[in-house]
Amino acid sequence: MKCSVPNGVNTSAHIGWCPGCGHGIIARLVAEAAQALGIEDRIIMVEDVACGEFAQNVLQFNSIGAAHGRPIITAAGAKRVRPDAIVIAHPGDGSAYSIGMESTIHCALRNENILALVVNNSVFGMTGGQMSPTSLPNMKTTSSPHGRDVTKNGNIFDAMKVLSQLDIAYLARGSVESPAQVIKTGKMIQKALEKQMNNEGFCLVEVLSPCPTNWNLTPQEALEFMKEQEKYFQLGEFVDKGGK
Amino acid sequence: MAKVLMKGNEAFAEACIRAGCRFFSGYPITPQTEILEYMSWRMEEVGGQFVQTESEVAGINMLFGAACCGARALTTSAGPGFSLKQEGISYLCGNDIPAVIADVMRIGSGLGDIFQGQGDYWQLTRGGGHGDYRTIVLAPASVQENADLAYLSFDLAEKYRHPVLVGSDAAIGQMVEPVELPEMREYDMNSHDWAIAPRKQGEEQKVIWNTYYTIGADTYMDYLKDKYRTIEENEQRWESVQTEDAEIVLVAYGISSRVSKAAVKQARAKGIKLGLIRPITLWPFPKKAFEQLGSQVKGFLCVEMSILGQMCDDVILATGNKHPVESYGEFANVPSEEVILEKVQQMLKQD
Amino acid sequence: MSKIVLSLERCKGCHLCVSVCPTKALTPSGELGEKGYETVRVDEEKCVQCGSCYRMCPDYVIEIL
Repeated sequence: MKCSVPNGVNTSAHIGWCPGCGHGIIARLVAEAAQALGIEDRIIMVEDVACGEFAQNVLQFNSIGAAHGRPIITAAGAKRVRPDAIVIAHPGDGSAYSIGMESTIHCALRNENILALVVNNSVFGMTGGQMSPTSLPNMKTTSSPHGRDVTKNGNIFDAMKVLSQLDIAYLARGSVESPAQVIKTGKMIQKALEKQMNNEGFCLVEVLSPCPTNWNLTPQEALEFMKEQEKYFQLGEFVDKGGK
Repeated sequence: MAKVLMKGNEAFAEACIRAGCRFFSGYPITPQTEILEYMSWRMEEVGGQFVQTESEVAGINMLFGAACCGARALTTSAGPGFSLKQEGISYLCGNDIPAVIADVMRIGSGLGDIFQGQGDYWQLTRGGGHGDYRTIVLAPASVQENADLAYLSFDLAEKYRHPVLVGSDAAIGQMVEPVELPEMREYDMNSHDWAIAPRKQGEEQKVIWNTYYTIGADTYMDYLKDKYRTIEENEQRWESVQTEDAEIVLVAYGISSRVSKAAVKQARAKGIKLGLIRPITLWPFPKKAFEQLGSQVKGFLCVEMSILGQMCDDVILATGNKHPVESYGEFANVPSEEVILEKVQQMLKQD
Repeated sequence: MSKIVLSLERCKGCHLCVSVCPTKALTPSGELGEKGYETVRVDEEKCVQCGSCYRMCPDYVIEIL
């Protein structure tokens, strides 16, 4: 099977992610989907202030660096005035489900024609591994050193349960825990981009991703831990509407 | 063009449309709401985008996306809502993105109240958000000027790749006056090479992020100092009223400048040599207006709707503290001509 | 016939490729690469060019060409 790094990836760029981080895989999936659809020139990436923003170096697409927590709403603003562009917001779980939650929900309610590609590693990565809305119960983070106590810190947020109730175009959760899941996740991203090309509306693809550094695990152990993550965050497609 | 009778906020909104603004995202808050309401139907008529966002934070960050793509973009707010805009204004500055943000000022900190106020002066002129920045601030004093400055604001924003704030107030926003609206003009979203758009064939990647990432920290220091120096040099705007022989000079903007102007007229009728400097740009503060004053000047009286007399700082800076700078600040009421005249007479006695 | 190609100058030594290689063709090399991480080596006899390593590599080190 031929596998070559897609054109959208700049391999000579500084790849800022830690060893074993899933971000690099997810960035490559975006570039593969764009290449398969022939839309590389149309893409506008809207990055977060978080680990995901290293994609501004790696992906050779036009891009906007939004404020932390604001990629989804900023992407919606870009798409409104550049309807020919294919706009991808690229937040993490802390961004999309904590500080940026109001716009995640309201962009879905307005069915903004963008893809929100949410990288869920169950922590705030760039600030050093604090608890996020998707940190697992009893998970030790730097801001839940005795483990996440859901009675004190609240329950974990499952975007699929909430957003599947809304009238949006596509909602799916993938994972980069294994080559098979990586392939499936790539298909989800491609499908979401096709839907945007067809003006179908809001798409959110969440991708479970390992953060060995902040999970205090080796990359191999982190892949194992992702099986724990998957117990709380079911994989699959949750909304898949036909064209308008 | 014939004059029409319009509310200040609506004249502002219409002038923005005529300046080529085709994107508005905002949230209702008194006394700004007429702008949002006007845009809700008017944007549709001209094929623009209107979004009533989930919050002011969403409004400014949605505007950020549109503005990065080259659209003439507007968001407006007041008081508590304007505080929420600061995150995005700081990002616009950090990324060199033009946009227009209006603050239709109301009184007080916290909730305050919905009456006209001028207590956002420091927030407007000092850079209300985090980091090392300022923005151009335009202060209209009539419905006509609300329209004229709206029209100008987009040009200034793009000239310097920098956000422009329009600081009006509830009185200017709510009053109805005859206004000659500017002509409708076309604006091409693709007229700026920095604007993000789908790439043309062979075009290089465009990235908008921290400007200092692109040009390096040392270059950025010079770049920024130069940018602010240029704006300060070129963009000071003001109106001087009978300052040629004035012994006391009032300094007032917006709603307070209207009563100040009337006070000058009254004073002159009584033989008191009173003048007025009305800053039209709050930043850059019109220092040049003060440099032009003669040696007969004995003192300045700042008239503003601010208990703390926020603008006094700038008058002191502009005059080198050579003469007394007194403050007449009001809170819930518009300053009165009578009190202005009393204070002026007191100042002349003390001299 | 396709062939596995490694650009080890980008390798950060996470060894996710080693973990997912179904034929154990990829193993830790015992040597440090340019970035100071332990790189990987491939036994081309064992490699079936399945592409699993390409899919899991976060640093675009591995291609099947």
